[in-house]
Amino acid sequence: MSNKPFLRIDNIRKRFGPIVASDGVSLEIEEGEIHSLLGENGAGKSVLMSMICGMVRPDEGEIVYRGEVVRFNSPREAIRQRIGMVHQHFMLVPNLTVAENYILGQGSALRVINDMDKVHARIRALSDRYALDVRPDAVVEDLSVGEQQRVEILKALFHGIDLLILDEPTAVLTPQETDRLLSLMGDLVKDGKTVVFISHKLDEVMRVSNRISVMRDGRVVHTVDVGETNARELARMMVGRDVRMELPRSPEPAGRIVLSVENLTCRAETGLPAVRGVSLDVRAGEIVGIAGVSGNGQTELSLALSGLLPVDSGRVVLNGKDITGLDPARINASSFSHIPEDRHKHGIVMSLSLSENAILQRYDQAPFAARGMLNGRAIGEHTRDLIKRFRVKSRDENQAIGSLSGGNQQKLVVARELARNPDFILVNQLARGIDIGAMEFVMEEMLKQRDNGRAVLLISTELEELFAICDRILVMFHGEILGELPPDRSRLDELGLLMAGKTEQPALAG
Amino acid sequence: MEQVNQGVRETVYPQAAHTFYRKLSQIALSAVTPIAAVSVALACGAVLLWLNGFNGLDAITVMVFGSFQDMRAVGEILLKATPLILIGAGLCVAFRCSIWNIGAEGQLYAGAIAATLVGTSLDGLSVWIHAPLVMLAGALAGAAWAGIAGYLKVRFRASEIVTTIMLNYIALILTSYLVTGPMKDASAAYPQSARLVREAWTPRIVSDMRLHIGILIAVVLAVALYIFLQRSSRGFALRVVGLNPHAARYAGMDVARNVMVAICISGAMAGLAGAFEVAGVTHRLYQNISPGYGFEGIAVALLANNNPLAAILSGGLFATLRSGSEVLQITSQVPQVLVLVIQGIVILSVVAFAKLRDILRIVA
Repeated sequence: MSNKPFLRIDNIRKRFGPIVASDGVSLEIEEGEIHSLLGENGAGKSVLMSMICGMVRPDEGEIVYRGEVVRFNSPREAIRQRIGMVHQHFMLVPNLTVAENYILGQGSALRVINDMDKVHARIRALSDRYALDVRPDAVVEDLSVGEQQRVEILKALFHGIDLLILDEPTAVLTPQETDRLLSLMGDLVKDGKTVVFISHKLDEVMRVSNRISVMRDGRVVHTVDVGETNARELARMMVGRDVRMELPRSPEPAGRIVLSVENLTCRAETGLPAVRGVSLDVRAGEIVGIAGVSGNGQTELSLALSGLLPVDSGRVVLNGKDITGLDPARINASSFSHIPEDRHKHGIVMSLSLSENAILQRYDQAPFAARGMLNGRAIGEHTRDLIKRFRVKSRDENQAIGSLSGGNQQKLVVARELARNPDFILVNQLARGIDIGAMEFVMEEMLKQRDNGRAVLLISTELEELFAICDRILVMFHGEILGELPPDRSRLDELGLLMAGKTEQPALAG
Repeated sequence: MEQVNQGVRETVYPQAAHTFYRKLSQIALSAVTPIAAVSVALACGAVLLWLNGFNGLDAITVMVFGSFQDMRAVGEILLKATPLILIGAGLCVAFRCSIWNIGAEGQLYAGAIAATLVGTSLDGLSVWIHAPLVMLAGALAGAAWAGIAGYLKVRFRASEIVTTIMLNYIALILTSYLVTGPMKDASAAYPQSARLVREAWTPRIVSDMRLHIGILIAVVLAVALYIFLQRSSRGFALRVVGLNPHAARYAGMDVARNVMVAICISGAMAGLAGAFEVAGVTHRLYQNISPGYGFEGIAVALLANNNPLAAILSGGLFATLRSGSEVLQITSQVPQVLVLVIQGIVILSVVAFAKLRDILRIVA
């Protein structure tokens, strides 16, 4: 057994209708390692792992686990063989407690209720051992996303697994939670477990892995030891070409003030203060970044600016016109575009076609509508044009947008917002959940907008994104703007301190 | 998931033919589900009848085809189809906006009451004025009755499922009160209103049949609602609100107004159905003027997959089964309860097949 790999995937193929998700994948995982699976959206990472944990059955090929060919018909069979997976979308019943979730489907209900104290004790023991802070009697829907994820991980441990698969776990986490998760992965390996980590964030993968496999187009194209590679090389393997994280910028000076925010305050939906007196200006031809750990009021700031959240006090002036507290329709009509943070909630309607999503704000305006009726021909032409210009990978404009990859959905949102020819563009998380190819593309589009004299406010938790395209970076902490820095990587420490809420008196005086 | 390039197909078909081919296959695919659902349900019904000692196959044949004896019988089916199409098509609009209006029955009664008031109180008007006025009164009353639930939802976030059901009871009890009290025909022993004046009656299509022009209006309105939903800007906004209210707000759509529009359209259609029952069929208001058309309309919309155009067909089908069940009761003494069970199976099977289609769509 020592020479044989812990888990070997041999030439697996899987098709979903006309779509080939796995095109002869082979991969070896060794016992006790953190093996990262890196790849763009749609490269076939999640499908491959779903086949290992029994969610999906492969069409061809075999999975050899501990020297034996296995064929799981359900996740439960995989768990019995000590393989568990934490999915991107959590598999928890929201209105049950943590402990109740863990015992769902585990033997007879009567017996389980008798054992409930034991279940609680075991959850507490495991939670203490890995410092997970999971309370067995907490109701799942009351927990934050980060906490729910820890509940999912603990669920796998509770069922006793040796191989844990994590599907893009950091996509929903704050930087601190991410750090915590990465160190947890190390602890698990110390206890003899094996971890497969699916991600497309290069820095995380570099930090935590022993080995890295890069997937592209349904195949594993490279497997490398982490010591023998670097982020740039991995990025090239993922997209098959070099990624320039340094995007060239023209040195044009910024022009007139387009958006001016004065002392804006607003509360979150919970009623708690979220934005506490934010003032900022965005000029024509500049990209202003707002850095900050998520949850420091950025979401509420962008919702308040776009009219989706009531403003308590302060003023928002766009092109000299007061737009404070206007409804979204009138703000949209004021040369204001918004690329929202939560694409699935605000940005698109999943079951509608690309065409219908492309005219979401302009459905009642010429040329897309005439005398109250939609003009299918004009809408189709417009959408085909957007698809072509922004290289949205799709069958045609009538395809449901929900069937595209995240990167292509975002490209259409960006295309739609830029096509409205705005003076001001509000962007919250430009590149969240999208692959490097699409990320570079949308960033370049933003720079083009800047060079064409548009004003851009880019809210992001990804510092790389901010450094790459911003002209100046504001740091938001606890609902306030704490300071401003140039996009200079050498001042990263300063930025980090501001993000943690630490202001130094001399810096303010100077 | 990566999209596979379908270049082969696109080179074989020119763009127009390709689009046509896809449209056609889409229509075919969307028709498969209801047909399969109804077939399976009728097969289950046959087994059920057989278990109860009837000749299942014969009985089902009677149920489906038994009512097509002559023109008069077909007219009776269409007469029953009228309220079902109206209500079903109206509910399609509400359901597309994710408004779960369960109150079509109450809205039908509200329409019937208003139609009776207008049809009995005014006198000496021409039929060209009085009959449309009655219809208008019914539609407005239905819209207003539904609008109560809409307002409560928009203003206080009250679930329209609860409020519309409660409003059903209020409308039914109000009707009972009116026909036994203030609106009771003094000369009649039975609780009923006075007879509508002749000019208020909905004109018949053929003078010796009960079928009135309501069926034509129902079909025209169903087509109009289809065009409204699929082709108009306002219909688009209504659908977006139904699918994702957050995105609708982001896009600048007025969610509350769309909710009101959707629920009032469905209420107006049910109210109009009520007006036709009074002005076209009974010519008086009774306590039990509707045999549950408002509830069956939900099934009509469901079978039509919330497409008002398809509601014409599914309304026709439910009317056929209803007529067939009456024939069945007379000819083979199958109790009506059993017939209702079969109708229930049809609805369940429609829901099950719709779910199955969603699952298949996700997998494919």
